[in-house]
Parts: sequence; C-alpha cells; structure tokens
Amino acid sequence: MKKFLLAILAVLPMLASAAGPALDLEKANNDLSDKESLKRGFKSYLNYCLGCHQLQYQRYNRTFADLGIDEKEGKENWMPTGEKVGDHITNTMPAKDAAKWFGSTPPDLTLEARFRKTPDYIYTYLKSFYVDPERPFGVNNKVFKDVGMPHVLQGLQGVQTIDEHGNLQPATGGSMTAEEYDEFVRDLTNFLEYTSEPNKLERKALGYWVIGFLVILFILSYFLKKEYWRDVH
Amino acid sequence: MFANFMAWIDKRLPVTEAMNKHVVQYPAPKNFNFWYFFGSLAMLVLVNQILTGIWLTMNYEPSGDGAFASIEYIMRDVDYGWLLRYMHSTGASAFFVVVYMHMFRGLMYGSYQKPRELLWIFGMLIFLVLMAEAFMGYLLPWGNMSYWGAQVIISLFGAIPVVGEELTIWIKGDYVISGATLNRFFALHVIALPLVLVVLVFLHILALHEVGSNNPEGVEIKKKKGTIPEAEQSKFKFHKQYADKYDIVDAIPFHPYYTVKDIMGVAGFLILFCWVMFFYPEGGGYFLEAPNFTPANGLKTPEHIAPVWYFGPFYTILRVVPDKLIGAILMFAAIGMLFALPWFDRGVVKSIRYRSKLHLLNLTQFAICFVILGILGTLPATPVNNLIGTITTFGYFGFFVALWFYSKNENTKPVPERLTK
Repeated sequence: MKKFLLAILAVLPMLASAAGPALDLEKANNDLSDKESLKRGFKSYLNYCLGCHQLQYQRYNRTFADLGIDEKEGKENWMPTGEKVGDHITNTMPAKDAAKWFGSTPPDLTLEARFRKTPDYIYTYLKSFYVDPERPFGVNNKVFKDVGMPHVLQGLQGVQTIDEHGNLQPATGGSMTAEEYDEFVRDLTNFLEYTSEPNKLERKALGYWVIGFLVILFILSYFLKKEYWRDVH
Repeated sequence: MFANFMAWIDKRLPVTEAMNKHVVQYPAPKNFNFWYFFGSLAMLVLVNQILTGIWLTMNYEPSGDGAFASIEYIMRDVDYGWLLRYMHSTGASAFFVVVYMHMFRGLMYGSYQKPRELLWIFGMLIFLVLMAEAFMGYLLPWGNMSYWGAQVIISLFGAIPVVGEELTIWIKGDYVISGATLNRFFALHVIALPLVLVVLVFLHILALHEVGSNNPEGVEIKKKKGTIPEAEQSKFKFHKQYADKYDIVDAIPFHPYYTVKDIMGVAGFLILFCWVMFFYPEGGGYFLEAPNFTPANGLKTPEHIAPVWYFGPFYTILRVVPDKLIGAILMFAAIGMLFALPWFDRGVVKSIRYRSKLHLLNLTQFAICFVILGILGTLPATPVNNLIGTITTFGYFGFFVALWFYSKNENTKPVPERLTK
C-alpha cells in the first residue's frame, strides 16, 4: 500500500508537464488606475482598431465616466457623429463581408483580455508581427500563427523579420522608436484590460472593506463563542 | 406582547415546539471539530445561490441570441450586477468545496453507518441533484466552454445502445445544442432542481435529527433509558422527544452553543470566499474558464474542453475507458458506489480514530486518488495522464471493494463508552 502511495507521488510531477507548452508572453506592466494611459489607449483603439473590431458590450458614456472624459467633450471628440452616448462601441463593417475579406470575422475585443487569460497576450501579440511573404497580407504573427489580420500598426512599428531560430529581429521603417511603440501598445492593452472588466478596480477596492469587516466579525465571533462555551468543558 | 403573539401562533402552528425540537433543545455532541462546520456552510451557500440566482434571473435573458450579452449587461450596467454574478459563480465552486469536505467528514467518522444509512442516501441524492444543477447552470452564460462542455456531457447519453441517439435529441430539444436546449436548462436550473434540492435538504435534516448527530469519536450520545445515573447525564434541558426516550450524555443544545460556533465558522469561511470572489473571481481559470469569455460557437471547438473542476474526478473515470458506454457506466457506478457505501462497510466501529491501520490507509489512498482524478479531469488526455487516471480509478473503486472484505473482521481498537476527547 505504501509503495502504491509512493508510486503516485512519484508520477505527480508528470501531471504538471502534461499541461502543454505555455506561450512565452511579455509582461505588459500596464496600470488600470492610470487614466491618461487608458485615454491614450481608447484614442488609439478608436483610430486603429474599431474599424474592424467592435466593443459591443461596452458603452461610450460608461467609458467616458470611467476614464474621466466629460460627456460633452466625449460626444464631440471621442465618438462618431450620429451615435448616442449611451450606445455600445460598434462599427458598421458587415460581418459576412469581413469574413470573406479576412478569412473570418474580426472578433469583438471587449472581453479579449479575459478570453486570453491575461492582457499580456494582447501586448505580446501586437509586438509579434513579422514579414512572411506567404501570407495574404505579407505578415505572420509569432503568438497567433497564420492570423488573418494585417499588421495594422506597421506604419508605427515598422516591420520585423524572424530568423531561423524563430527570434524576432528589431523593426525598421516605423515612425516610432521601439520604446514609443511599446508605450503605445501598453496603453492599448491597458484599455482592453479595462473594457474586459470595467468594475475591476471597484471590485478590489470593495474587497478590502468587506474582508476587513469579516476579519473583525471573525475575531468578535471567536470571543463570543469562547464566552458561551466556557461552561461546556 | 410578543409572548401573547407567540401563544396565538403556537395554538395554530407549532413554531416554538419545532424550534425547540430542532434548534434550542436539540442534543448535539459536545465534541464537534473543524469538519463539522461544513454542514451549516453548505446551507449558507445554498441560500446564497438561491438569493443571488433570483436577482440574476431578473436581468438574464434565456435565449441563444441574448444570453451572452445579457451576462455582460449584468456585469456592466446592472447596479452591483457584477457582485451578484461573482457571488453566484464563486458560490457554485464553493458549494462543491464544502460538500466534498462534508462528505469526507462522513467517511472519516463513519457517519453513513447504521443507523444513518438513509441520512447518507439523502445526502447523496443532494449531491446528485447538485451536480445536475451545476451542469445546467454552466450552460446559461452561453459561452463557448458552456456550449462544448454541455456537448460532451449530453453526448454521453448517445452511448446507450438503441435509444441513445434519440435520447440526446430529446434532451437537447433540437438536433444540436441550441436556444431550445438553453431554455429548458434554464427552466430546470431556476425552478425544478432548486425545488428538489430544498426538499431534499429538508429531509436530510429531518433524518439527521431523527437518528441524531454522529461525532468524531463515533460514540452514540443517546444511551438506553435508565442506564446512566442522573448525575452523569447531560445537565441541559433537551426536548422530550429525545429526553423521554434516552439518557443523554456529553451533549449540549444546538442553540446557543453551535449557533455561536457556526457564526464563527461562517465568518471564517466568508473571509476565504470573499478573498477569492473579490480578488480572483476566475479562480485561476477553474471557476470561470477563459474560453467562456467568448460566445457559444458550434463551429469553433475550444483547444481543450475541460469540465468545471468539480466534475473532474468523474470525468477522468469516464475518459480513461476507451469504450464510451463502459466509461459512462463506470462514471455513474462511481457515484453509485458512494450511495451503497453503508452496505460496503460491514464494520461496527465508526470513527477512523478506532479503526484499523488498514482502514486509515485505504481511506487515505481513496482521498489521494480522488484528488488526482480531479486534477486529471482538467488536463488534456495524454497517454501518461490516462495511465495515472487508470491507476487512480482502480484506487477509487478499490476503496469500496477492499472495505467490504476487511470490514467484517477488522482489527479495531476498543471504543470508549463515552466521549473522551
């Protein structure tokens, strides 16, 4: 029996390795409480992403309120004319045509940061395009192999190449330096982490209060129990 | 004023009588330990699920087109909707944590043994209904893992010869999982199964109070009438239903002693619960699985379909058998064995404290196998995992078979007459 238990313990570490290779993701180190970063990310999203990728669960006015954008200012500068501030952040690209153009409809990105388990995925993904003449748009992605998306940010980052070991080589020909581009992508990532759960900061802030209350309750109930039980033993 | 009011009520409905019988003058052994918190905690979580469920229902839309978006509506636009939703989703996992602990307590201290067989059966029925409830609830967010998880489980019924295929269509209400399936699961999840669950919990507690609570020593606190001298009997007043039939020793009334103790347990539990809920609501991807953050899509299978963690042990048993039908039978048999546990165990000594070394080893290997089976259920079915799964499946069933053999003439320690610890 003991041998049996030992055998089980011996094979336990193999379980961990059986989970499959994890993606090598770069840390985004974004900060959800940095509203300026969120605003820059929002702006970039509107300029570079929204044309194809909707945020169909996120509303303009909610975003304005959370990012500290005045609603009137938001209506003038941060959203397409003709839409209401209470509308969801959507585009007008016909899904069926888009599927024809790109191979599949560009996904909604509201929840992308949670769908990919971590915002680091988005950060790394946007930094991992490289030249691949065999792909329809001339680029491939190291994180998302054979992705149907063109490198929309190529004008900013420039083009990367990949060597025979699968390592990305620094980009050339972009309008931004590598640091500027990192900052740009970090802001976008930050914004998408925000849209994936707009209540995240509120949730954590409330959590400290609730747990603080419960700890006090636990201590009091411990002494109450002790007081009541004095005559039992 | 209040006394008059209660007198008026009591003449028409025995409220005070019932309170005395089941709470204020219910004799509970004085030596309940840590493991005895989980019964009351299961009740707490059940109430949490029902209340948050009612409020979620107010804004949830049970349709293939609207379900996923309505969850995001609850998360974003409903005041504290995110809190209600996390309380419910974290509560589902917490329910299984406390129920598994509660069941393991029963295993350790022989709480399923005579005369508590029916009590155990009601408990197992609760467990079974709870699994059905959780399974159907998991489809409702209409995420992609909801969809494919349901696909895998429903397809099991297709393994039944002759009627299998027809049966799966009957369950789904369609040829594929669709809005029709979602609607019926919604009906079962919010009305039918919760009703059954509440009735079963009621019966579980009635049966418990009829036979009385077991305790870590496995020694009965209710002795034959007239065998215990007055001075040695418990000095508290117990309800005549118990006191007239037995001499009661080493017992305390449930209220206030265990009510104040359970308040402490509840506070402690809620600290852990809220810590997960407020800071790790995804439970590391085990409570809310990442593929569920994208809507159900019958054309896009998630890379790795994993059931929610609490189904893990049974899913692994299903998966290690190459033949689907035999696998499904074995999976249900795994639960069936637990039902029959009171009859597999032919021993008379209840508590692990006074049973043989062999029993301790057997129970330990069972617990280890159960945990490993659970872990494997969330991992891909590689050959190595399947090998480990097969071994631990043997360990799982072996527990019952071995128990049946050795429990008849087990080398037990002498059991004390009274509670000593």
